[in-house]
Amino acid sequence: MFWQQTSFVTRHSWIETACLLLLCFFVPEHIWAAKIGDVGADSSLGEQMLRFLSFRDPSVRYAVAGAILLGISCGLLGCFIVVRKMALVGDTLSHAVLPGVAIGFLVSGIDATGLFEWNFDVNAIEKNPTLIFIGAVIAGFLGTFFVSYLRKTTKIKEDTALGMTLASFFAVGICLLTMIQELPTGNKSGIDKFMFGQAAAIGEDDIKLMMVVTALIVIIVYALYKELLVTSFDSGFANSIALPSQWIHHLLMLLVAFSVVIALQAVGVMLVSAMLITPAASAYLLTDRMHRMLFYAVGFGVASGVLGAFASFLKPNIPTGPCMVLGASTVFTIAFFVGPRHGVLTRWLRHRSRSENVRRENTLKAMYQVLENRNAQPEESVSITELAERRGETIDEISIQTKALDRHGLATLHEEGNAVLFTPNGWQLACKIVRNHRLWELYLTNAANIAPDHVHDDAEEIEHILGDEVVRELERMLEDTTRDPHGKNIPGFEEIHKPFTPTATGPSGYGGNS
Amino acid sequence: MNEFIPAFEWTRVMVEPWTVNLPITLWIVVMGFLITAACGLIGNYLILRRMALVGDAISHSILPGLAIAFLFSQSLQTIPMFLGALAAGIVTTILIELIHKKTRVKQDAAIGITFSTLFAIGVIIISLGQTDSIHLDAECVLYGEIAFVSLDLIQVSLGENSLSIVQKIPGLNSDIFLTGSTLTIAPPSVIRMAIVTVVTILLIVVFYKELLVTSFDSGLSSSLGINSTLTHYALMGVLSVIIVSAFEAVGAILVIAMLILPGATASLLAHRLPKIFVLTVIHAFFSSIGGIHLATWLNCSPAGAMVVMGAILFLAAWTFSPRQGLLKRWFEQKLEDIEHNEPRPLINC
Repeated sequence: MFWQQTSFVTRHSWIETACLLLLCFFVPEHIWAAKIGDVGADSSLGEQMLRFLSFRDPSVRYAVAGAILLGISCGLLGCFIVVRKMALVGDTLSHAVLPGVAIGFLVSGIDATGLFEWNFDVNAIEKNPTLIFIGAVIAGFLGTFFVSYLRKTTKIKEDTALGMTLASFFAVGICLLTMIQELPTGNKSGIDKFMFGQAAAIGEDDIKLMMVVTALIVIIVYALYKELLVTSFDSGFANSIALPSQWIHHLLMLLVAFSVVIALQAVGVMLVSAMLITPAASAYLLTDRMHRMLFYAVGFGVASGVLGAFASFLKPNIPTGPCMVLGASTVFTIAFFVGPRHGVLTRWLRHRSRSENVRRENTLKAMYQVLENRNAQPEESVSITELAERRGETIDEISIQTKALDRHGLATLHEEGNAVLFTPNGWQLACKIVRNHRLWELYLTNAANIAPDHVHDDAEEIEHILGDEVVRELERMLEDTTRDPHGKNIPGFEEIHKPFTPTATGPSGYGGNS
Repeated sequence: MNEFIPAFEWTRVMVEPWTVNLPITLWIVVMGFLITAACGLIGNYLILRRMALVGDAISHSILPGLAIAFLFSQSLQTIPMFLGALAAGIVTTILIELIHKKTRVKQDAAIGITFSTLFAIGVIIISLGQTDSIHLDAECVLYGEIAFVSLDLIQVSLGENSLSIVQKIPGLNSDIFLTGSTLTIAPPSVIRMAIVTVVTILLIVVFYKELLVTSFDSGLSSSLGINSTLTHYALMGVLSVIIVSAFEAVGAILVIAMLILPGATASLLAHRLPKIFVLTVIHAFFSSIGGIHLATWLNCSPAGAMVVMGAILFLAAWTFSPRQGLLKRWFEQKLEDIEHNEPRPLINC
């Protein structure tokens, strides 16, 4: 079943990729001339917005295409990273690619004239996406290998190993970077844009590379979805069906390195891990199914990527990476608070409404018991003092409760709020609660052999959540359901559906305006 | 590659820093040593408590604290910066706990989300508020080149011929320096770092027992009546202060290396905490001295070079460690192989 769903996910990504392919290859060459830098800083905000939204500008098109592609690849792989609890491996990997980026830059200056005759020409250094890609992937992969080897051979814990690798590789990268910037061509090479990312720096070559890599990632995730899923969630089972978990782990790391590196140009070394983790974590808060999570994460990644590109287009001196990350964090914050099932606010509201329900039902039950003790008819009124005595609460608390009952149409207030009367609905609910309570007590004493004086507390909690089905089951199991273990009457069908009409002898004002 | 990697000239790399450029070298080495020592000492507790990556998170996320403190005070004075960093550090810790406890997102992802968000906010605030008069620069956050200490302080402290000396700061040319993005080390920041280091050492000595017990045995600590939550937050607070005072010199990422590398190296060589502390300080000393020579040779960022030197020291410890070293493992493996190949004696004595 989930195969169908996944195929939908991947097909969706395919459609987008295909659209981008069309977008980038079939647009006439001469449109690619302008750069974001040509946009005058004096043009108004609205104009800029129009420029962005109309996609007239090729650099806008590149930036958006790049954002979409990195959203897809990071979203897909981020899900596996998050469910495998490897979020910080992603972080380490993204920092460890820096020396690779620097070396990729340097290698572009090497001119191989013979097998052993290499000329290094400083002036030939340029931004060659393929070389940078290769260098960065190697460095990132080396970083993860270093972490796992360190853990295998020493007692160093994982977090220390990760932090150390991250910082050491990064330091090597910084040294190389400062050395490159000392070179005469260094400052022009645009290597500084790799730190925080600049979507405007994405060029045609970058987009082509990104497309190829994203396609590769999508294909591999699609083809190996089952294997990835099994190794992520149940490594024991994966081993028992002889899946090469280690190889799959390394493959995943390689793919993560791919996606990190293609995202570098837009998001930057510093924050690229956030594009892996945050959309996936937001998706993780919203759903329990992996294929849906992949789908959501891709959506969030693409959305925050495009938003970030948009924001940094409006204000070119803001780097793109932080904008994208803030977009993703906003999504996460929303999911954190109002996610339908795991959201903090939703859960709090649900909890509150449930406890209010319980309190209302308890008050109704107290009213029932007061009437029962008086041996009175359901039409008679119950005074607030009696209720307060019964519940062991203050008059103020009870009057708040009775007002709530009045609001919900379960009871009506009389004598300036000092007395309450059941409405038909309230009476039925009270009977139901009392019946649940006493049936459960009966069940515990009869079927579970618990002493009658021990069953009250348990029943007190379960009476609010017993469903109709369970009640019917209890009725079937218990032969005699007229009396509870304490000898009290269990309200049955007749009591619940007692003709509930105001009688002439009833209290004055019943049914009138109160 | 001659243009890229300069030749190793003995006098230029090893002698001149200590003769011609002595004032500059000395301050850089002292600063580097103080930072690495303070970070390394507190980092030992992070390693023990498996919180190395919380240190990573805090070092990233104090950036918005600094930026906001700067926006409010419009100056780069010590007190607002410290307060901003302290607040940011505590907020980070609380946010990580919140996300981790309240949702099903695991701690690692919680750390990743928190620090990246705060760091992004910090970078955006700095980018938005960037004017000519502001010395905060997003790019400098990484290399540790935030010129908190402005140019005139250097000139005051070095005398008239400062520029000629300044030009010899490894890894920098005067051009970069004059734009204000340099590893600017002046005595005031060194003095501040020294105070922070001394306070850190004092705190560790005074609260040695509490830190030890809460790090190793939380059950025992609560039975002794030590508030482990308070200790945790106090540690995070001290960590933020150390990081912020190291920030200007080494930057957000390299400070993680200074937190973790010395402790990790020491933990390969020793198993008792006092010994580990001593080794940490030794590591700090050698990595800062070695770093300055490396930076002079390669003409690169001194802070980065110090970390690279620290990493090299770690690799050496990893290779030669008497208990967990690679060489020792290799020898053991060989010995085992030899033993297995020999026919076993029938009676095992």
